Amino acid sequence: MTVTEAPPATEEPPVHKVSARKRLVPYWLLLPGILWLLVFFALPLIYQGSTSVQEGSLEAGFKVTWHFQTYWDALAEYWPQFIRSLLYAGTATILCLLLGYPLAYLIAFKAGRWRNLVLVLVIAPFFTSFLIRTLAWKTILADGGPVVGVLDALHVLDVTSWLGWTEGSRLLATPLAVVCGLTYNFLPFMILPLYTSLERIDGRLHEAAGDLYATPATTFRKVTFPLSMPGVVSGTLLTFIPAAGDYVNAELLGSTDTKMVGSVIQSQFLRVLDYPTAAALSFILMAIVLIMVTVYMRKSGTEDLV
Amino acid sequence: MAVVKWLRRNLVVIAGLLTLAYMILPNVVVMVFSFNKPNGRFNYAWQQFSTDAWADPCGVADLCGSLALSLQLAAWATLGATILGTMIAFALVRYRFRARGAINSLIFLPMAMPEVVMAASLLTLFLNMGAPLGFWTVLIAHIMFCLSFVVTAVKARVMSMDPRLEEAARDLYAGPVQTFVRVTLPIAAPGIAAGALLAFSLSFDDFIITNFNAGSTVTFPMFVWGSAQRGTPVQINVIGTAMFVIAVLVVLGGQFIASRRKNSASPK
Repeated sequence: MTVTEAPPATEEPPVHKVSARKRLVPYWLLLPGILWLLVFFALPLIYQGSTSVQEGSLEAGFKVTWHFQTYWDALAEYWPQFIRSLLYAGTATILCLLLGYPLAYLIAFKAGRWRNLVLVLVIAPFFTSFLIRTLAWKTILADGGPVVGVLDALHVLDVTSWLGWTEGSRLLATPLAVVCGLTYNFLPFMILPLYTSLERIDGRLHEAAGDLYATPATTFRKVTFPLSMPGVVSGTLLTFIPAAGDYVNAELLGSTDTKMVGSVIQSQFLRVLDYPTAAALSFILMAIVLIMVTVYMRKSGTEDLV
Repeated sequence: MAVVKWLRRNLVVIAGLLTLAYMILPNVVVMVFSFNKPNGRFNYAWQQFSTDAWADPCGVADLCGSLALSLQLAAWATLGATILGTMIAFALVRYRFRARGAINSLIFLPMAMPEVVMAASLLTLFLNMGAPLGFWTVLIAHIMFCLSFVVTAVKARVMSMDPRLEEAARDLYAGPVQTFVRVTLPIAAPGIAAGALLAFSLSFDDFIITNFNAGSTVTFPMFVWGSAQRGTPVQINVIGTAMFVIAVLVVLGGQFIASRRKNSASPK
């Protein structure tokens, strides 16, 4: 008995050893990348949190004094820039959805053999640096240029300046120019997720809706749009988040009256060198965006189920 | 009436094409203005046709240097982010381990964070550690923000992979290394390539994070930003146009080869 029982006892440890080594494999795979993110993404946020409650000056150095007043001061001084950022980013996101949806729909259902070409044309602008393309908008919207001329002749500019979007017969250095630039810059981030979710829809569903006497409009409202919701959600997130923190469009196409919160953070950090205020502003921006994203994802998640 | 009817039937197509025009218009302007001969320092108004800038694309001080630096930076950032990201993606799809939720959110958060927040906090870290700003700090930052995008791209591909293919390879006496190299890697390759391509374009075109952490190092986007203040040389448009044309040719060429391969592979 003892002889027959012995082999399993000696055999088990090696088997166990192999599985222990195997169990460590995922940790070895994760280790370098996760460590990178911990040190260069999570740790900086902690440093920034601590900087935001410090007091001091560049010469004397900064010390943590739990000075939360900085947050209130920063909000009191820069709330217009916060509101503006959210307003511009929100408007640009809605415009991206309105402009991007038909194009994504076109690529998914109507383009036929032109599909790949149109897709390439959607991605192609990426290949020219976005700063160069944003500068091109300076030429397009230039004072006395064709766009301003046509809009002025049609009295569109009268309406937009009455709304406060433009000033006189100018487009450059107005809120409209900044929103137009934001919309332009983030459109591909809306179109690609929309296209991915539209492309997955089974074409037979459209036929079925038609067979059941649904008009094209009803088919879109009851079948296509609900099924494209995942694309709508990720597209709006991918547009809104970077747009809210962007300062390139506001600086290149806007004026001092169109400054967004990103500009303020950048100048506080790199020019004014008021690190606590800059860190507090950046933390507030992060909190606003994260809260909005969480609420939105919860909301859209439940809508999906209904 | 016929016109109205036609317009209504093709409304989606017309709206889509208008959006496409909106997206392409700036590229056309960049291209056209690469043949401009501006009067002052800024290349915003059309003066006269000239090919001077095309004849001498590096004629502006520091322009081609910044371009070379950006290409180098993007290459290293792509390599780093692709290796680290692919490893994470495989671990996430193929293995069970603890703290999966925490790791998932650590990967998701950089994508849900305005760039300026990451840029500012990373600068705080570097300043606190006394790290000299320059090539290395920018490279670290680029690998950091490209990583999550690579993970997402590779994960999507590995998830749709049939695990039975690897089981079959093992049943046919392939070792773990052989299975990985001959079966797993080729199937995951399109996902890895997509992730790498994404990382390269994100890194090459990044401005905000670079601007915060570069110190006095000047990448190509930073050069363009600076020139928007000092004066925009026509050469910027030349390089923008050249990049656009090369990339479109590469993509179209790739699709042409892929479609030909598909045609020759499918049975007649």
